[in-house]
Formats: sequence, C-alpha cells, structure tokens
Amino acid sequence: MYAIACIKQVPDTTQVQIDPVTNTLVRDGIPFIINPYDVHALEESLRMKERHGFRALALSMGPPNAQAALRKALALGVDEAVLLSDRCFGGADTLSTSNVIAAAIAKLAERDEVGIVFCGKQTIDGDTAQVGPGIAVRLGFSQLTLVDRIEQVDFLKKRIRVRRKLEGRYEIVEARLPAMVTVVRELNRPRYPTVPMRLKAARAEVTTWNNSHLNLDVNSIGLKGSPTWVSRIFSPERAQGEIIGDGIGNPDGTARMLVERLIAADMLAV
Amino acid sequence: MTPDPLFFSIILTASLLVFAWSCRRRLSLVAIGSEENRFDDLPLRLWNMFTLAFGQKKVLARPFGLNHFVIFWSFMLLALANGDFLIRGIAPRAGLALLPPAIYHPLLMVFDLVSLLALLASIVAAIRKVVAPPYEGAATREAFAILGAIALLMLAYFGLHGAEIAAGKEPAAAWMPVSALAGQVISLVFHPSLFPLLSSTFWWLHAVLLLGFINFLPYSKHMHVFTAIPNCFMKSLAKPNAQPREQFAEGNTFGVGSIDRFSWKDLFDSFSCTECGRCQLACPAATTGKALNPRGVIHSLKQNLLANGPLMQRQGKGVVPLIGNGEGSVAADAVWSCTTCGACMAACPVMIEHTPKLVKMRRHLVETEAAFPEELLVFFENMEQRSNPWGIAPGERSKWSSQISARPFKAGETEYLFFVGCAGAFDSRSKQVTLAMARILDAAGVSWGILGKEEKCCGDSVRRLGNEFVFDRIAEENVALFNEKGITRVITHCPHCFSTLKNDYRQYGLELRVISHAEFIDGLLREGKLQLNHQVTGAGAVVFHDSCYLGRHNEVYQAPRSVITAATGEAPLELPRNRENAFCCGAGGGRMWMEEHAGSRINLNRVDEALAKNPDTICVSCPYCMTMMEDALKDRQAAGTCVRDIAEIVAEGLRPDV
Repeated sequence: MYAIACIKQVPDTTQVQIDPVTNTLVRDGIPFIINPYDVHALEESLRMKERHGFRALALSMGPPNAQAALRKALALGVDEAVLLSDRCFGGADTLSTSNVIAAAIAKLAERDEVGIVFCGKQTIDGDTAQVGPGIAVRLGFSQLTLVDRIEQVDFLKKRIRVRRKLEGRYEIVEARLPAMVTVVRELNRPRYPTVPMRLKAARAEVTTWNNSHLNLDVNSIGLKGSPTWVSRIFSPERAQGEIIGDGIGNPDGTARMLVERLIAADMLAV
Repeated sequence: MTPDPLFFSIILTASLLVFAWSCRRRLSLVAIGSEENRFDDLPLRLWNMFTLAFGQKKVLARPFGLNHFVIFWSFMLLALANGDFLIRGIAPRAGLALLPPAIYHPLLMVFDLVSLLALLASIVAAIRKVVAPPYEGAATREAFAILGAIALLMLAYFGLHGAEIAAGKEPAAAWMPVSALAGQVISLVFHPSLFPLLSSTFWWLHAVLLLGFINFLPYSKHMHVFTAIPNCFMKSLAKPNAQPREQFAEGNTFGVGSIDRFSWKDLFDSFSCTECGRCQLACPAATTGKALNPRGVIHSLKQNLLANGPLMQRQGKGVVPLIGNGEGSVAADAVWSCTTCGACMAACPVMIEHTPKLVKMRRHLVETEAAFPEELLVFFENMEQRSNPWGIAPGERSKWSSQISARPFKAGETEYLFFVGCAGAFDSRSKQVTLAMARILDAAGVSWGILGKEEKCCGDSVRRLGNEFVFDRIAEENVALFNEKGITRVITHCPHCFSTLKNDYRQYGLELRVISHAEFIDGLLREGKLQLNHQVTGAGAVVFHDSCYLGRHNEVYQAPRSVITAATGEAPLELPRNRENAFCCGAGGGRMWMEEHAGSRINLNRVDEALAKNPDTICVSCPYCMTMMEDALKDRQAAGTCVRDIAEIVAEGLRPDV
C-alpha cells in the first residue's frame, strides 16, 4: 500500500525579490527548496512506512530540475520517487495541477493500492492551499486538511482518524481510506538525511513521467487547462519607516521615546 | 643476604613474562584502531618527548606538579638502582658495584637521597588525596595502594641497606646517609644475630614489591608510567582541532560509532590517562554541571576497549555500545556538551587529545544516525541552504556596508581580503565591529576588499558539530572561490573564521596567509600607521577575555593585549583564568546554536569572573564571545559594564581630540 507524499520544489522565498519594473519574481540564482510544509508531508509518509509498512513514494510535478527535491526525498528514505514533467504541464494553475497529479496517483493505484496521500497544507510560493483538496476531489479520496496529528490508521476497517488544527480549536475527524491529508508543521519533526542515504540517493533512479505516460487531454492540463492566471505580482505599498533617537548612544532614552510614540498612536496602553 | 640466584632467576623470569604478557594483552587491543601516522618529523617528536615527558613541562604547569616531578625523576634514577638490584639477584657479583668507586659511591649517594625524596613525595601525595583531592572521587583505593607500595618500596630499600650497614657488611656506608640512619635504628632495636634475617627479609620485601608493582601497573591507571612518555612523542603535530577529512564514497563509514573506528592513537590515549583530573577542572562543561567530563570520556573509551576489544579481535563485534548510557559508554549528551574550547587538551600533562574524539563521535551521530539535538535541524538546513547560521538571505550579506565605501576584492589590485564572516555580516551587534574594522583599515590606508554577496560561511560550526558532509561542500566551494579570485592574504575578525581558513582549509590545499584582526591591528600600531587618542577611547578599566579559537587553538595571546594597551594607554586587567587557561564563553563547537539545558550557564560563570575585577569594559575578540558576554551581563543586570571588541576600542581612539 502506498503512502504518497506530494512535494513541490519552490524558490527559497526568503531570497526572492520582485522586479519592480516587470512585476515578476526575480528567480536568477535563487536556490530552490522543498516547500517547507511538504517536508512534513514527506516525513509523515516515512513514518507510515516505518510504523505500518506502507511503501513511501514522493511525487512532484515541475521542471526537470525538480529532480533535486526528489533526490532529497530519496535521501530521507522514500522507496520511490516520481517526477511529472512535460512542457505541456507548464503554466498550470491549481486546477490543472491537481488534474495531472490525480492522474499520476490513479496510475500508481494500478500497481498497488494507494492508502494515504500527504500534501503540505499549502506552498509558500502560491499560498493557495487548493492542490491537495483538488487531488482528493478528483480521486474521490477522503479529504482531511490541516492535520496536526494522525490518531489512528486501521487497515482492516480501512479507516483513519486524525486531528485537525483549526483556529482556536481542534477537531478529531474519522474518515475512510484512501485519504488525502494536508499537514501543518506541528504534525512532526522532520528527519535529517544520513550521509550513506545521501550518497545512495545521488545515483538513484528518479522515474519521470510525461503526458505520454498519463494520456491526459491537453486542454485539461498546463496553461490551456487553467481557468486562472497571474496577471501581476507586486510588493504592497508601505509607508516609509522612520529612525528615531540613538539606540546605541542612548538606548534608555530611545526606548522611552518609542514607548511614548506608541502610546500616542494608541498602539500601546498604559 | 641474597637468595639462591637460580631460584630468583625463575621468579624474575616468570614475573617478567607475566608482565610482558599483560602489556601485550592490553596494548594489542590498540591495534584494532584505524591507521594514523604519528611517526613523522622525528626531531620535533623527540623534542616534544624530552620537554613534555622528561621535562614534565605540563605537569609542572600546576602547583602540585612539582610533587609528581620528584616522583617521576626519582623513578627514572631508581630504575638504575632497581635494575642493579634485580641483576644482583641472579648474579650477585655483577651490577654497578663493578664500576670504579669514584662513580659507584656518588651513585649510591644519589640513590639514597632520591629514595628519601620519593618516600616523602608519596606521603605528600597521599596526604593531598585525603586533605584536598583534586576532584571528587580522586581518592581511590588503587591510588592509595600505589602510593603505599612506593613508600614501602623505599622503606624496604632503607631497611635492606640499613641491615647491611648495621651488620658492618656495607663498605660504602659513608655514601648512604639515610640508609646509615636506618642502620643505626636497626642496631638500637634488634640483636645483631637478627641482622642477616632482617637483611634477607627486607631484600625479599623489596623484590616482591618491585615485581608486584610492575605487574600491577598494566591493570591500573599507572599504566601511564609506560605509556605517557610515548604518548608525548606521538602527540599531534597539527592543530588537533582541525579534524581529518572524510571521503564521501558509498560503502565508507562516517565518524566513530564503535571503539574500533577510532585511530590506534585515540585508543593509546586511553591507556595513557593518569586520571589526574586536570581536564575536568578546566572543562567549561564539566565545571558547570553538564553531562560531559573529559576524564570520564577517556575512561569510558578504555572500559569500552577492554570490554569490546577482545571480542572484536575474535569475532569482529563488541557488546558494549560506544555511545549510550552505562559503564563503558559515552552519553550522547556528553558528546554534545563539548564547546571544543580545547581547555582539556591544554591542561592534559600527557597530551591526550579529547576534543577530536568527541567530534568523531558527533560525526557518527550526525552523518550515520542523523541523531542530534533538535535545535540543530534548522541550523543545519540554514547552513546548507543559505550558508549562514541564521538562514538570512545570502543577498543581505553585504548590507552592513551600505553606509560605507567598501570595495569588492579585485584580483591583482586588492592586497587583503577582509573576510567579514556570518556574524560580522548578519548579527546587528557584530556589524558594529565590522564597521569599526573597516574604519581602522581605511585610517591605516590598507588596500582591502570584501567578497560581498559572494562570501559564504567558513563552516566552522558545522565541522565542530560533526556535519562533515556539509562542511566539505562549503569548504570546497570557498576554496574554489578563493583560488578563482587569487586571494592569498585574508584578514578576519572572527576567530572561528580565522582558525578554519587558516588550519582547516589547508587540508584542501589552500595555503592562505590569514591574519586575525588582533594581529593585524597590532601590526598597524607597531608600524605607526594608526594615530590613537587615549582620552577618547572611553573604555575605562578593561578586562580581557581570551577567545579559545584565537588563543588556545592558535596561540594568539599577546596581540590583543598589546592592542588594548596601545589604545587605552594601560595594559588590560587579567582574569584569573587567562591565556592557555582561559575559560570558554560557552559558544564554541557549535554550542552557539544550541540550548544549554543542564547545570549553570557557562557564560555566567565567565562573566562573574570578569565582574569580580570591577571592569568598565569586558574586551573580547570574537563575535560569539561578544554575544555570550553581553547576554550574561544582561542576566547579571550589570549595567555599568559593557562589552567591546578590540576593534571597537581602537576605532573609538581614532576620533580627533574632542
């Protein structure tokens, strides 16, 4: 039975800047990372492998260089890594992305039963939180979002019980398998790759599937299959800050001045 | 007086064989360790052996070492007397007595007096063990047994010769004042008819003690009698803190997870430990209640080797885990407590290398087990992904220089690379030091440049934390960058960058002239390139805290002191623990990025020592020390004292008269 982790390679956003002229992301020389939430999804698929004997598989859609993210997943211990890469997948919004990923999972299900699909709750570049639920809907899987704890997995009854972390409260939910689970950071503490695993992963096979493997209608994928598109990216306008006092020469006085200003602006109450 | 030579020959041969067997049995275990060359540069090694072992250089570095010096040299001289004793046991007419009297008689005098000194020294040592033991648990039965045996051996010596003198059978009695005194006592107490019996009793007592002592040694900490001298010969000639590289190929093992993965020298170290406890008294972790005790680590390695070694020799696998809890294992907590400050190694009189062993075990934990304190996960990711400990975008590395005219390093044009370091580039407090350094360099008209956004972390913390895989990548990239830019001269203001660029990168074939800011500023001052105004430095009473990586690891002690003296007009106040005995701030060895859960805080321990001097300024030469000392001052609410880097004190003095 598969425990699939869907991971996305994203630009390291701490390093991303927006070109003020073209309103596009400046990606030159910016390193890529695995979307931080997906790292927790990956970790959970590995725990399912260790605790319940699942076959852990990492799945990613992206350009050929997304292999790097999958190699990292292999170094962490997944049994298999599949990259969905084709020019016609490019420019996809969340709908057409979930079409491709759902098709790939359906193809995997022909080989072996798919038990759980883990996704990060959202990516740090798109921030939509839609792809996971999209996959669940298209595959008819149970949809469990914002999970911070897997309470129980029962194979015989084909049931899973999880805790969802919502604003101000938790929710314990039980659902049938197969299920799609989107995870929050609190779910687990990701592991670190050992050197022997890194070395092994460096020469391991990353399976790559393009549309000839998935046979999807080109109108349902990529840019063509995307009813939404990004028209502009820009940094929000922000009022110019102000440096007050002399924090190094007169820290006490400056702190007092700051407090007075905050009180005056009604941002601090005495 | 002497026994039947044939009978004694049998006893002597048997005990020497047993002794040889014991030594072989123990020392052959060392051979399960991995290869390491400790026989290069023989002249230097011989010199080390003469100064450290025979000169007892480090032993004498602590007050009580004099007592050991006396015992050591007594034994060296008495080895001659005892050899003579044993030879005469099998061949009564042979031995030193065949020498001309002009040599033999003074020798007897030396033996006699030296035996008295050894007797007194062993009594003094026993009293110390009772009255003021160096550490809790130092007064072991074994220690008293050995001291007692030494004392008895000396008494037997005097008894033997005293009985001979009393019987009038010692023609050289005049040359043996102490034995002569013993002879007088014997004459007073015993009837002359008993003299032969006394003589032979003391002879046998002496023989049994001597042979028993020799045979007991291999099974006790007193094995060091035989191993300490070669251990000084085999001491690391490189900086022991710069660990050897690892080869990252499949099938290799990484770090040390079982005793046989250590080098043979690491294992030999464990047989050289005298359990004097100087390492633990100097250790910042051990003295503040952490799980680490360097003496305990070396002892555990020995226990582990004794338990696992024979099994490994037979079947290749031991039973006692190297890293774990229980007898013969080193707790993972202890492995992580080390600040790699090197105080243990500086204190060790027999040149045991503690820190490298801990780093080797860290390598195993990180690289093979991926088991480390959880706060390090983010740190490792930051280092790998963004090449700085905080995970700040590399693009912000040159932000500190936005207000000044810092120039990029240009091959062939710029003389010195100013390697700013992560703290100097990202830490807001340390940026002040970087700016101060820039002002100094400009004021002295130095041709300098920076790498700006191209600079990467030197990798010090990852290496000390055992993440050699990531260090290796960082080092390879840096070395390639330095070679590409033709950089040969580097100024640093972080001792961790300093030590890593200087010592560790040498393993990558990069020979740089790395100059610490302390040495560089000292040089500028000596050449008269900086005009300082003492009145405006405003540092007040300055106490200087040595950085481990500048001081102990690279022996830069005087330069920062000279700089302070030049900048303030007065020599800095010295802390009780200074120079090679300085106490770590607690941030070395990657501890900067870890929580300090157990015991009391190392930085508080150090800052209390500094505050006892009532300073206006605690002067540091390292960004980690800066953070640790400032944090500790806040904790102690010592608002009247501030922390300044030497560069800041000098930069203040650059101002024109007010």
